[in-house]
Amino acid sequence: MTPGNIAGMAALKELDVIALTDHNSSKNCGALMKAATPYPLIVLPGMELCTSEEIHVVCLFDTLEKAMAFDAYVAAHSPDVKNRPDIFGEQRILDENDEIVGAVDQLLINASLISVMEVGPLVESFGGVAYPAHIDKSAYSLLSNLGFIPPEWRFPLFEVKDKGKLPKLREEHDYLGTINSVTSSDAHYLQDISERENSVELGNLTTQEFFTALKNGFQL
Amino acid sequence: MTVKELIERTGFSPICEGDLTREIQSVYCCDMLSIAMGRAPADSAWVTVMGNVNSVAVGALADVSCILYAEGVQPDAECKTRAAQQGITLLGADLPVFDAALKIHQHLLAREDEAL
Repeated sequence: MTPGNIAGMAALKELDVIALTDHNSSKNCGALMKAATPYPLIVLPGMELCTSEEIHVVCLFDTLEKAMAFDAYVAAHSPDVKNRPDIFGEQRILDENDEIVGAVDQLLINASLISVMEVGPLVESFGGVAYPAHIDKSAYSLLSNLGFIPPEWRFPLFEVKDKGKLPKLREEHDYLGTINSVTSSDAHYLQDISERENSVELGNLTTQEFFTALKNGFQL
Repeated sequence: MTVKELIERTGFSPICEGDLTREIQSVYCCDMLSIAMGRAPADSAWVTVMGNVNSVAVGALADVSCILYAEGVQPDAECKTRAAQQGITLLGADLPVFDAALKIHQHLLAREDEAL
């Protein structure tokens, strides 16, 4: 996936809002935001943070500056382990023309030193919103790795991969019944980018309104 | 003890067969991939319940002799494909992590005694 083909595919599918959430990095967000400028597309810069418990948390921001400030914090609060491209693949940084402009040396698949207990307020302090990713998956999810919802972290929404599991999840975990859920494509390959099938009701389609809806809740 | 001997002696189920002639020197247990990647000894049998594709990457990085999924965990398809590519042997057992690791440890000791 490249900034150019992500923006192009999202536009082709007539998506209104997309977010780029690489593992532990926001370093490609600027390129995607620039690559998307020809299209009527809102791009939220973000990250899929791997907490110290190996739980994936989606972190979204309303500006690139906030995302990059958080990116620097995460890099400084992650183990100093270098990537082995032969095993884990290349960790490229591209520009808006899909040219390779660099690579991240630090291994991004690794767990950061940031705990799930602190991630919510931490991301908020950077002006972002954080919520547990694919809560119904058997790997890297809040429920698979921690087994319960920590009372210390009252996240404003959660991501579920299979919406069919929502009733059961909400029955088993009262808290999930009190907040919104979102479903994203979690696309790791171009062909996995979702169709125009998930929506949030907004008065106006702007970054600010969408971001506020994520933070404060929305009507389904 | 080779991976092949481990399978014969324990009856652990082979899920993906890599280099079965590899020697096992020790046994290591951890489910946190970030810890295992730095601390699993080379040539060890690594026992875990983390059945996703990254366990194979971590196993390759740490150069373990094999990965044993305990508690009846079945690694996903991507995991098996990657293991075949990397030539890593994946095994499965219904035992809990400690019991599975203990069993390997006991066979390692017994094998040492036999060699004396």
